[in-house]
Amino acid sequence: MLKGFAGTILRVNLSKGAILREEINEEWARLYIGGRGYGGKLIYEEVNPAADPLAPENKVVLATGPLGGTTAPAAGRMMVVTKGPLNGSLACSNAGGYFGTELKMAGFDMIVLEGKSKNPVYLSIMNDQVEIRDASGIWGKIAHEADSLLRAATHTEARTMQIGPAAEKLSLISCVMFDGHRASGRTGVGAVLGSKNFKGISVRGTRGVEINDYEGFKQAVEKAYAKLKAHPVASQGLPTYGTAVLVNILNDIGSLPTKNAQNAYFATADGISGETMVKKTLIKNKGCGACPIGCGRITEIREGAYKGSKGEGPEYETAWSFGAMCGIDDISAVTKAHYLCDDYGLDGISAGVTIACAMELYEKGYMPKKDAPFPIRFGDSAAMVNLTQLMGSGEGIGALLAQGSFRLAEHYGHPELSMSVKKQEIAAYDPRGVKGIGLEFATSNRGACHVRGYTIAAEVLGTPVSVDRLAYEGKAALTKAFQDLTAAVDASGACLFTTFGMDAANYAELLTAATGIPYSEASLVQAGERIWNLERLWNQKAGFTAKDDTLPKRFLTEQIPSGPSKGEVNDLHKMLPEYYQLRGWDSEGNPSKEKLKELGLR
Amino acid sequence: MKVLVVDPLKCAGGKNCELACSFAKTGRFNIADSRVKIHFFQESIKFVPTVCMQCRDAYCLQVCPTGSLNRDASNGVINLNQDTCIGCKQCIVACPWGSVKLDVAGERIMKCDLCGGDPACVKVCESGALRFVEADEAVSSKQRETAERYMDIAQAIQRGGETHA
Repeated sequence: MLKGFAGTILRVNLSKGAILREEINEEWARLYIGGRGYGGKLIYEEVNPAADPLAPENKVVLATGPLGGTTAPAAGRMMVVTKGPLNGSLACSNAGGYFGTELKMAGFDMIVLEGKSKNPVYLSIMNDQVEIRDASGIWGKIAHEADSLLRAATHTEARTMQIGPAAEKLSLISCVMFDGHRASGRTGVGAVLGSKNFKGISVRGTRGVEINDYEGFKQAVEKAYAKLKAHPVASQGLPTYGTAVLVNILNDIGSLPTKNAQNAYFATADGISGETMVKKTLIKNKGCGACPIGCGRITEIREGAYKGSKGEGPEYETAWSFGAMCGIDDISAVTKAHYLCDDYGLDGISAGVTIACAMELYEKGYMPKKDAPFPIRFGDSAAMVNLTQLMGSGEGIGALLAQGSFRLAEHYGHPELSMSVKKQEIAAYDPRGVKGIGLEFATSNRGACHVRGYTIAAEVLGTPVSVDRLAYEGKAALTKAFQDLTAAVDASGACLFTTFGMDAANYAELLTAATGIPYSEASLVQAGERIWNLERLWNQKAGFTAKDDTLPKRFLTEQIPSGPSKGEVNDLHKMLPEYYQLRGWDSEGNPSKEKLKELGLR
Repeated sequence: MKVLVVDPLKCAGGKNCELACSFAKTGRFNIADSRVKIHFFQESIKFVPTVCMQCRDAYCLQVCPTGSLNRDASNGVINLNQDTCIGCKQCIVACPWGSVKLDVAGERIMKCDLCGGDPACVKVCESGALRFVEADEAVSSKQRETAERYMDIAQAIQRGGETHA
């Protein structure tokens, strides 16, 4: 049997109330590793691409990777894989916290949830004792309350997963939460569990994880730690200021989308920066399972209308989405909105960008005043926080906003004002000022996304190589390289931030020592490419075409009006054909027979 | 002499220490087999590491009926001799920190021995919550931090300004 893996998958059929145990498929483990890769393969094989994402026939895989539960840096991640309801793609959404480590300790690599329960239920996993239990007393509770109740009902030291009220109401931008504070945020994965009447999981494990090669693993971990320690982003930037260290960095190069991307420079951006958080809200850092970086922020609001609230975050993306994107520089209001997203289980990126979209619709008169419960204008922090609350609870206009910016903008006849690709909202990087990230947004299999290929590392932070952010040349190859390695890292169970320092050789060494499967740099990256192509194939069956590989019109045609990147647009067509070619796809974005054969996909 | 210094204010809760301890001691990863433990208080979002402090007046050592716990005079570490230990668990009862524990199999007493002078937990603690330093350095670094903070406050008061204490 393979080491590194716990070896067992739990399959829970909620319609029948049946719990089955399956062995990890060794062939799939070799080809797709675990996490996003193995989970994606399972969905590829078992879920009809034409399925209604919110029907019982959809399935959800909650997956760790083979490095989970070990000291491999930050490898305790959870990946939630399913047919995503926001856009129907093969969606996967990653979260930190401690659940992944605990699940491995309990002896399971993954949980597959299928069917639909008649009544609200949760799953209790106390080592090998697994039970489906009534959740009627937890249904309706916000995330951290559900976390407390789940632990009270099972074990004080258990780790939990839960959905919040937004997912229960089938919001298409709802999350799966872990430990009440960490989110598998994107693609609306929470709603799939909501549709199954599945509230959460409590897991406690003391069975432990075996690995293949003690000495080899020990050395591989030491090497990885040395690399992370030597990297300024992993050892200084992220621990000191959290991910929001990026606010000033991106704004200084005029690439911080502002006021629904009508601009890309926000004069008062420092108000929502990581530096300001350290002064005003930070209590201390938090690291997820096995994390040596600790970018997480435990914070409290110490001034203004929201004084007294305590929680985690914001991180860079939500500091931006509720901040610059809404024209707001008030860290207290932004922090409050982030807390509300955790409470209700909303994707903080999509929620903020949707509010920004509502603000533009309102200011331009496309949203009638009668529809708005109060004026919805850029820069109005109270309106922003109140809208977040309404989205979470699904009340009034909040119910429409909770379906994301694309449906909102379409409802008012102006879909071009939704800053989304494949209906998913963009992240905090203006593709006009940083060209490669535009190609990443356009081609990401789950819709606009920064963490499927974080070209910002090279284009802005200069790591592992420094490239000109405004150049088009070389961006296709850069994007492909980042996407393929990232897919493999996502499959291993490690956090993407470990790529600030670690390279393909480090992950290959760790995986080889953990599992006994010999990985090289090349075979690891090829596994990533295989995962990418598998997702692409499934998405094509679900109806996606090359037409969907694009950007919001604004980024293609409207010049950035002022700031350091003034005058820039994103000429996506200068990168996309080359990208298809490098991928071994035809001009319509279809993977060629040769490429599929090479990857063992045909 | 080096001592293990624990600073809960710095702990980021990553559990690396627990995983590393179990790996060093058992060759497997099992948090329940770790000598060091991080206690989570989820509702108030707090986490506090606890580990054997190698106490000067060590109750575990005093209560042991078979003399299986002995201090190494060279480094102050209290070591457990598994060969003579009868598993009566009185050391567990006696330890005021709860840092002497039973392994997950319920068979053997687990007691931190600082890995013979190179603690595995410290190597993976990047937050600075666990440090293995010379005893005088442990005190002087704390003194320096406090002295600097004290001076900042004193100067702020002198200026009549706001303190950031």
